[in-house]
Amino acid sequence: MADTKNTRILRVHPAKGLVPLNMAELWEYRELLLFLLWRDIKGRYKQTAFGPLWILGGPLINMVLLSLIFGKLAKLPSEGIPYPLFAYSALLPFGLFSSSLTGTATSLLDNSGLISKVYFPRLITPLLPVLSAFVNFSASFLILLGMVFAYGFMPGVEILCLPLFLLLAAMTGLAVGLWWASWIVHFRDLRDVLQYIVKAWMYASPVVYSSSIIVDRFGPEWMPLYRLNPIVTVVDGVRWCLLGVGQGPDSMLVFSYIVVFLLLLGGAFAFCRAERTIVDIA
Amino acid sequence: MSELKSIRVDGLGKCYRIGAQRRKAQTGIVALRNSLMAPLAYLKQKMTAATEEETLWALRDVSFDVRPGEIVGIVGRNGAGKSTLLKILSRITDPTAGHAEIRGRINALIEVGTGFHPDLTGRENVYLSAAIHGMRKAVVDAHLDDIVEFSGVAKFLDTPVKRYSSGMTVRLGFAVAAHLNPEVLLVDEVLAVGDADFRKKSLGKMPGVAASGRTVLIVSHNMGAILSLCTRAILLEDGRLVADGVAQEVVSTYLSRGATHSGEAHGNEMLRPGQKLKIRRLRALNVQGNVAGEFQKSRGVCIEVVFDVLEPGRGYVVNLQLFSLEFGCILTTSSWDSDVDSGAQRRWEEGRHVARIMLPTELLRGGEYWVKATSAMPGVSVLDEMDEELRFVLMDSDSPLAKHAEGRRGVILPILAWDIRRDDEGRTTKKGGV
Repeated sequence: MADTKNTRILRVHPAKGLVPLNMAELWEYRELLLFLLWRDIKGRYKQTAFGPLWILGGPLINMVLLSLIFGKLAKLPSEGIPYPLFAYSALLPFGLFSSSLTGTATSLLDNSGLISKVYFPRLITPLLPVLSAFVNFSASFLILLGMVFAYGFMPGVEILCLPLFLLLAAMTGLAVGLWWASWIVHFRDLRDVLQYIVKAWMYASPVVYSSSIIVDRFGPEWMPLYRLNPIVTVVDGVRWCLLGVGQGPDSMLVFSYIVVFLLLLGGAFAFCRAERTIVDIA
Repeated sequence: MSELKSIRVDGLGKCYRIGAQRRKAQTGIVALRNSLMAPLAYLKQKMTAATEEETLWALRDVSFDVRPGEIVGIVGRNGAGKSTLLKILSRITDPTAGHAEIRGRINALIEVGTGFHPDLTGRENVYLSAAIHGMRKAVVDAHLDDIVEFSGVAKFLDTPVKRYSSGMTVRLGFAVAAHLNPEVLLVDEVLAVGDADFRKKSLGKMPGVAASGRTVLIVSHNMGAILSLCTRAILLEDGRLVADGVAQEVVSTYLSRGATHSGEAHGNEMLRPGQKLKIRRLRALNVQGNVAGEFQKSRGVCIEVVFDVLEPGRGYVVNLQLFSLEFGCILTTSSWDSDVDSGAQRRWEEGRHVARIMLPTELLRGGEYWVKATSAMPGVSVLDEMDEELRFVLMDSDSPLAKHAEGRRGVILPILAWDIRRDDEGRTTKKGGV
C-alpha cells in the first residue's frame, strides 16, 4: 500500500446533518478567490474611457452630491462636525457592511452558472463580494481622508483602531448574508425583501443622524438596546477614529464581536448546507 | 494491488423533487383565490415531504468499478441520468443515496470555457479557467506555451474573448482542460463541439491521457467517439445501469433497444440568445414518403431535415453525418454542395426550411446506421448541433449481393461492373513462351 499514502481518496455521499466547513480546502483555493476578485474588478472597467479611475470617480461624485444636498439644505445636528463630513464618514463603513451583506446573500444565485458546472469550495462565492467591498471602500476612503484634511481635522493615533471597526462591519455583513443566502435559495422573494432591510438598517444606525439623538429623545436607558446593532458601534467607532466624536472601543465592541462571530459560524454551516442543494433547484 | 480501484460507485441514487400537476382554475374567483393562497401552498410544499408522484429518480442504484487507466464511455438517451452521474462524481451535486469513492485528483469537464469572462483577454482567461479547476498559477505558468500551442489561438491571445468565434473559445477552453492532468477525468459531451480538425486533435489527446495511467469517464451521444476512444461502456436507461461491458457490445445494445429505430429524432428546445439557425427534426423516409426505421437497401432511404432560420443571412451550412456502428463516420454531406454550381452562397430567408437528401444506399452495407445533423458557418462558428441522432437499419435481402457479401471487408459495398473478357492474345503468347 505504498502509493496510497500520497493519493487522496475522495468520498461522495449524501449530505446529512452538519456539513463540515473544510477550511483546509478553502485555503487551497485561495488563488481562485484572488483571480475571481481580479476578474470582477478588471471586467468592470473594461471598455470604459477612464478605466480604473472610476474606482475613485464614483465615490467622488457621491461626495459632491452629498455635500450639495446636506451641506446647504438639510440641517441635522452633527455634533459640531460639518455635515457632509459627518455623513460621509458613516456612509463608507455602512456601505462596506451593506455591500458585503447584499453580495453575500445573493452569491449563490449570482454564481449558479459556475456552481452548476464545476466544483470548488462554495464558501469562496460569499467571500468574493466582501473582498470586493473592501476594494471599493479603500478607494472611497482616500476621498474621505482628503475631506478630513480639507475641513482641517487631524486624526490622531486613534486612527490605528480603524481596522477593528471595519472588520466588524464586513463580518456583520458576511454573517447575516450567509444566513440570508441559505434561505434565498428556497425563497427568491427574500432578494427583494433584502433591499428594504438594508434601508431600514441604515435608519437604525447613526448614519445620517447622530447617536446622541437617541439619548436626547428617548433617554439613556435605551442606549444598550440601540447598541445591540453592531453597526451602531461601527459607525460611532469610525467617527471616533477620524473626527474625535462618537464612541471608541469599549465593552460593546467585544460583545458585538462575540455575537457576530457566533452568527458567522452558524451562517457558514447554514450556507454549506444550502449550497449542496442549489444545483438541483436553481 | 490488483484490487486497487480508481472509481468505486456503490448504489448511487439521485432523487429530484418535481412539481405535481396543478389543476387549472375553472372560474375567475377560483383563480384569484389560488393566487392569493399561492404563498401558503408554496410553503406547504416546501415543508412537507415529497409524495411518490412528486419525485423523480434521475439515478437509481447504480454500481460499478473502474480500474486505473480505463476509459469508460457512458451512453444512454437524453434524461437517462448520464450527466447526473458525472455531476455527482465531480461533487457538483450530492447523491440522495449510496456513495462513491474516487482515488486521486479529479477534474470534470462539464462545459468548456467555464468561468470565461468575455471582457478579459485569452491569456487572462486561461489563468482564470485554470484557477477555477483548481490549478495553481505556477503550474499554468509552466504550461502556458503548450496550452497556447494546443489551442491554436496564439495570435489572439491578448484579444478579449468576446471577439473570439465560438470555435476559438471552445479550443482555448479545451486546451486549458487538456492540461489539467488529473488522475481521474470526467468529460461530458465536450467533444461534441468544435470543428472537425480540432475534434480530431482532442480525440487524439484522450487516449494519451489514459495511457499515462489516468482514468477517464466520457459521456457522449457521439457513438463514433465512444467506439474510437473507449474500451468499455456503461449503458444507463431511466437512471438505472442496464449494461456494462465491451464498448462495441454496449453501444450495439443501446442502439437496438426500445424505440431507438423510430426513424425520427428531434432537436432540443433550447435557444441560445442570438442563435441564427435551429435544427428541429430529422426523419428517415421510405419511397412512399412515410417515416420508417427499417429500409431495404434496394429501395433507398431519404433523410429529411427540418430547420428554422431565425436570422436571415449568408454562409449558413447544414451538415449531415452518416455513421455505422462498425466503421464510424461513413460520409458527411452538406447543404453547401448544392450551391457549388452557382459559385455563390445561398442567402437564407427567415422561416422554416425542409431539406430532403437521398442516401446512396447502393454503396452502403446492410446494418445499423445513425445520422447526426449539425449546422455551422464554416470557419466562423457552430450554429446548432442535435444531440439526438436519427437511427435506422438498412437491410439487404433482395439485392444481387444479399447472399454472398458476408465476410467481405470494407466500409462500403458498391456493386461495381466487372468488364471481363477472354484474352486470346495473352494465351497464345503464353503458349509460344513454352
